[in-house]
Amino acid sequence: MSVRQSLLAILNQGPCYGYQLRAEFDRRTGSTWPLNVGQIYNTLDRLERDGLVQKASADKDSADAESHNTFEITAAGRLEVAHWLDSPVVRTTATRDELAIKLAIAVTLPGVDIAHVIQVQRTATFRTLQELTRTKNATDNPESAEQLAWLLVVDSLIFAAEAEARWLDHCENRLARALAAGTATPLPLSTDVPKRGRPTKARA
Amino acid sequence: MTGAALPTGTSPVDTDLLLKLDGVSMQYGRGETAVTALAGVDLQVRRGELVAVMGASGSGKSTLLTVAGGLTPPTAGEVIVEGHWLSQLSARELAVLRRRSLGFVFQDFNLIPSLTALENVSLPLELDGWSAKKAHRPALDALRIVELGDRAQHFPADLSGGQQQRVAIARAVVGGRSLILADEPTGALDSTTGELVLRMLRSRVDAGAGGILVTHDARHAAWADRIVFLRDGRIVDESRASAVSSLLGGLPL
Ligand SMILES: Nc1ncnc2c1ncn2[C@@H]1O[C@H](COP(=O)(O)OP(=O)(O)OP(=O)(O)O)[C@@H](O)[C@H]1O
Ligand SMILES: [Mg+2]
Repeated sequence: MSVRQSLLAILNQGPCYGYQLRAEFDRRTGSTWPLNVGQIYNTLDRLERDGLVQKASADKDSADAESHNTFEITAAGRLEVAHWLDSPVVRTTATRDELAIKLAIAVTLPGVDIAHVIQVQRTATFRTLQELTRTKNATDNPESAEQLAWLLVVDSLIFAAEAEARWLDHCENRLARALAAGTATPLPLSTDVPKRGRPTKARA
Repeated sequence: MTGAALPTGTSPVDTDLLLKLDGVSMQYGRGETAVTALAGVDLQVRRGELVAVMGASGSGKSTLLTVAGGLTPPTAGEVIVEGHWLSQLSARELAVLRRRSLGFVFQDFNLIPSLTALENVSLPLELDGWSAKKAHRPALDALRIVELGDRAQHFPADLSGGQQQRVAIARAVVGGRSLILADEPTGALDSTTGELVLRMLRSRVDAGAGGILVTHDARHAAWADRIVFLRDGRIVDESRASAVSSLLGGLPL
């Protein structure tokens, strides 16, 4: 998960404690995905368990609580950061696409005006796209690394919304063709009801 | 038909309403081969408003623009530009209104091949009585905005497709026309140049013009305040930007 690696990459710049990590993550991502401190410490615990970070050697002079919660990256952690930056993010299987699921189910249900479902979605998608564009355009030229990072995040959301709009157009055309060809009939419940309980092993 | 409609300019003038299409229909041809390109379209564009029009090929987008720009009269309904009922104007009055108030970007650019880029852009001003010398200055400014200051003396044939498109855009905005009608103005442009053109359109509109932007590109349409969707000559849907974005935390300062 990218939060884990993001925190590690931040720690690669120097030791941090939990609140500090949260602030660093937020300012680098335009506060788009707020994290709570609990999540951060959970992540740090797991990173420590995996040998990627360790508690920083306590500062002799300050015995305050914060210095006990300061973490620093290990050599293995640095390798992990380098590996993360060097490998692609694979989106496919991990995240369920709620909209794809919704349309897939809807197209099989009797009495659903799927064209209307698509249209309602598209209007919402375009509104999102407009809002994002407007937000982005308020920042003509980024003036700091934070703004630049934030613009990259906004751009990614814009392109994702655009892709969704195009996909919806495509769905609409596909549906129209299927209706014309008579292959868009809904699915009744299957009479071939699966047995209750655990699935049994398929016979060879 | 407008029947005994109000003559030009005597209705209570809503000066912010730059364009109004009232039940506009457009049919090409007659009888068997007739094509209905627009079927009862109502649309308004106010000062400071950019409206994007999207829709499949053949849905009537270009027809909507040519009718709104007074290039062809609709077969039914009324087009009102800055309070003028186009059906009530003489050909000469219509030509003057088009020249002074309307900037048109054609899908196929429509540049005059025997004129340089600069002359193409100056032309609407010269037709309006400006001297060539006086017209060249704003024309050159408009070319610079679309980053073609160094191509002013080129003829259209010596420009790339995207450059010709930008000349056409410069021509549409020169002289501060109040209503800009742009048919796929970013069609031949890469994404950075496309943004440049949109930014210019947007700033003209924000400065008090109005505009219609026909586009196939959702990201470009998103620059508009409203997006209308055409299907078979009808407006079937509309998306309006809300004033405040609820999506993001906002700009890190
Ligand atoms: N001069 C004409 N004579 C006859 N039919 C026409 C004429 N101009 C357009 N049409 C028809 O009117 C309909 C709408 O055309 P229009 O050019 O407005 O579509 P469009 O939405 O701009 O399409 P595109 O995205 O391909 O530019 C089409 O069916 C087209 O064939
Ligand atoms: Mg067209």
